[in-house]
Amino acid sequence: MESLKQTPLYANHKKLNALMAPFGGWDMPIQYEGIIAEHKWCRENAALFDICHMGEFIFEGDIVKDGMEDIFTFSVETIPVGRSRYGFLLNESGGIIDDMIIFRIAENKVMIVVNAATADNDFSVIQGRLKGGSFRNITDSTAKLDLQGPESRNIITKIVDPSLLNLSYFKFTKVKILGEDALVSRTGYTGELGYEIFLPSKKVAELWEKLLTEPKVKPAGLGARDILRLEVGYSLYGSDLDESITPIEAGLENFVNFEKEFIGKGALLDQKKNGVSRIKIPFKTNSRRSPRHNHKIVVNGQEAGIVTSGAFSPMLGSGIGMGFIKPEFAIDGKNITITDGKLEIEASICQLPFYSDGSVRN
Amino acid sequence: MERYFTKEHEWISVNGTTATVGITSHAAEELGDITFVELPQVGKSVKRSETLAAIESVKAASDVYAPISGRVTSTNETLETMPEVVNESPEESGWICTLEVENPEELKGLMNAEEYKAFI
Repeated sequence: MESLKQTPLYANHKKLNALMAPFGGWDMPIQYEGIIAEHKWCRENAALFDICHMGEFIFEGDIVKDGMEDIFTFSVETIPVGRSRYGFLLNESGGIIDDMIIFRIAENKVMIVVNAATADNDFSVIQGRLKGGSFRNITDSTAKLDLQGPESRNIITKIVDPSLLNLSYFKFTKVKILGEDALVSRTGYTGELGYEIFLPSKKVAELWEKLLTEPKVKPAGLGARDILRLEVGYSLYGSDLDESITPIEAGLENFVNFEKEFIGKGALLDQKKNGVSRIKIPFKTNSRRSPRHNHKIVVNGQEAGIVTSGAFSPMLGSGIGMGFIKPEFAIDGKNITITDGKLEIEASICQLPFYSDGSVRN
Repeated sequence: MERYFTKEHEWISVNGTTATVGITSHAAEELGDITFVELPQVGKSVKRSETLAAIESVKAASDVYAPISGRVTSTNETLETMPEVVNESPEESGWICTLEVENPEELKGLMNAEEYKAFI
């Protein structure tokens, strides 16, 4: 097995006695103080996440002529400079190779931010589909910190740059951080007001320490991040999405632009016309019991699907989850049973998001 | 009051014919934040090593086994709404239930504090 990669903050996590575990090929902090405490801190204050494991690529060239426009399920050409857009890279069968956010840095320059485990494959797929321009993987030299929570604006304007006060949702801007060129984006994965900060790897430890001197900032690990994202209904690649699942099945058609060309479009159109054999559903348990990845979904005594994500939601005080189910059972309010073969958890299908009182658009 | 420990990381504290059962600090730490405790029915009789309760945490679900045979005489109902008490005080306020001891001889097969410490 290939050895685990370490982010530039590895020593900082060790110093904080973080519990580390493998994620996407990286040795990542899962928790510091505790998952529930970190989750709460993010919903009420500001949580700082090391997201250096995610991949960043830079494309420079003509978006249309060099083929960038036809690679993803969304139009890159129509993203205004200074804005970002979410969508997918698909295979020929419409399966999701990865989900990503693309940042339009300039007319002829974009940054693509992808998941850690899929980064290397994404890079070669995109490179193979490009017809020209320059395409670089800058993951190693680029660090990413997420600062998320209702207090994050107060912190970032104080520590990073006062001009970030007016940065609106899904916009980003170039700033200087510790004397280096950096990007700050008003995006995140928690449902809270928050920022994603991209800066040179060599400066990330210094910024991390500086942010943590603020009393309203605490570090949070991937454990809390997973509950935060699930509460607002965001999918996690590798759990809720993979190469065998299409955006139609995953209920993410909003991020597919059928007005343009992209690989996998034919398969998606076919599903739209003829239907799908499974569809994503969100559900809540009737207790504090947590559904877990790979639990079975049973309806009327028959196996009807599988759980892809599950957790205890501190905001709801019950278990929540997402999974795939036969379309005939995907009815809002329908009672289902979640089982690991032994344990049976009563649940009901609901709508996303589970939690909608976050500060994300404040 | 004598306190004993099991290899499955339960503790049992015996006072005459009544025993109190919980999970050890080590087990609580390993589980991480506890989000749910399924308490046994009061009056239920269990045999040694049978499932007594269930605990779920942010990481995993696991069973709590009866360290000895006995009848459940009371449960810590606080845990139904505040399972986090098990993390905060696993070996005191986070107790799970009390048992009426059926056969004191069974206690001999358990570890004392020192042996448990060496075991973990």
